Amino acid sequence: MYNSRNIIIGLIIFAAFVTFPFYNNFGKAVTKPDPKLDTPEIQKFPENERRCVEPKEFMKAGHMQLLNGWRDSVVRYGNRIYVNDAGKEFEISLQNTCMKCHSNKKKFCDECHNYAAVKPYCWKCHIEPKEKET
Amino acid sequence: MSINRREFLKIAGISTVAGIGAPWAINEILNRGVEAARVLPGLEALVAKRWAMVIDTRKFRTADDYKRVMDACHRIHNVPDIENPKHEVKWIWTDTFEHAFPGQEHKYMPEDIKHKPFLLLCNHCERPMCVRVCPTKATFKREDGIVMMDMHRCIGCRFCMAACPFGARSFNWRDPRPFIKEENKEFPTRMIGVVEKCTLCYERLAKGLKPACVEESNGGLIFGDLGDPNSEVRKILSSTYTIRRKPELGTEPSVYYIIGGNENV
Repeated sequence: MYNSRNIIIGLIIFAAFVTFPFYNNFGKAVTKPDPKLDTPEIQKFPENERRCVEPKEFMKAGHMQLLNGWRDSVVRYGNRIYVNDAGKEFEISLQNTCMKCHSNKKKFCDECHNYAAVKPYCWKCHIEPKEKET
Repeated sequence: MSINRREFLKIAGISTVAGIGAPWAINEILNRGVEAARVLPGLEALVAKRWAMVIDTRKFRTADDYKRVMDACHRIHNVPDIENPKHEVKWIWTDTFEHAFPGQEHKYMPEDIKHKPFLLLCNHCERPMCVRVCPTKATFKREDGIVMMDMHRCIGCRFCMAACPFGARSFNWRDPRPFIKEENKEFPTRMIGVVEKCTLCYERLAKGLKPACVEESNGGLIFGDLGDPNSEVRKILSSTYTIRRKPELGTEPSVYYIIGGNENV
């Protein structure tokens, strides 16, 4: 093999570079995300009415599909009322429905999004609720 | 291994069915939870076959008449106030007769009309050129005639701005947030790199309210359904002579103007 020395050194550097994130983080425990649902707005509801538009498990796994559907429903089809399985109606709005209860964007949205390294760009346009603590 | 024609066709047939069926099946399984629920339009929403507006320019006399209407729109829609005309964003604005209705002016026309500002906004055309050129369908025509913007889809190519003969569209050259004096928390802003324009207050219509400019105009703007012969706009259009901007282009604008100077009110 021509230039074998250079090629092998190059390959080693390349492999070291590519696997850097793996050995750099190996064995390190990253704190689990701990999203909070206890905003004052939610606490105001009586215990048995503290329900999101859909069950918690569904929202955990599928809120992005739900929001995608909501967006198209309002913007493209003009349907602004969402009726869940229990027959309860909600205004479809990220700013005026979701975030009115979940007024703690940092602990509710960012906590998991940062952990999973996803950067949804909702808040470049939608105005996030004002939070007191930093 | 050899394969005869019969076997080959069998495998090809099964593959075709699987190829078409699998995406459908996966889609069905993934969307089960969402499909169980329903969506509805609001009960109190204003509906029409085709929304339209008549602008009675005789009712606009002082600078405040224009400012009140424009400010109401820009305030509730979080339209940034950028001074640099190259970066300016506007949903409703004014211009002279000559610029608003090119070709209709002549040198002997009344002085007050010649120099009067005319309120301009998106015409919500029957055949919108912006919609035809949009590569992502970010701008589209709703069934009630409103030419809508879906900011989520806009890629900022500005084809629509080139296509619109009325200059109704503005591009966000800069992040608009710092230029919004007081944010309306009920309505989103826009981000850098998208095109925006008047949406005929679709969010207010859904709640049963007329557009903000109409509400603030003290009768200078009349809003209604072109598809309803008894609507206020149809009554005005059938009794008063009105003109539209650049009708020769065939886009069929939905904004009609009653032209009048300041003294003949």
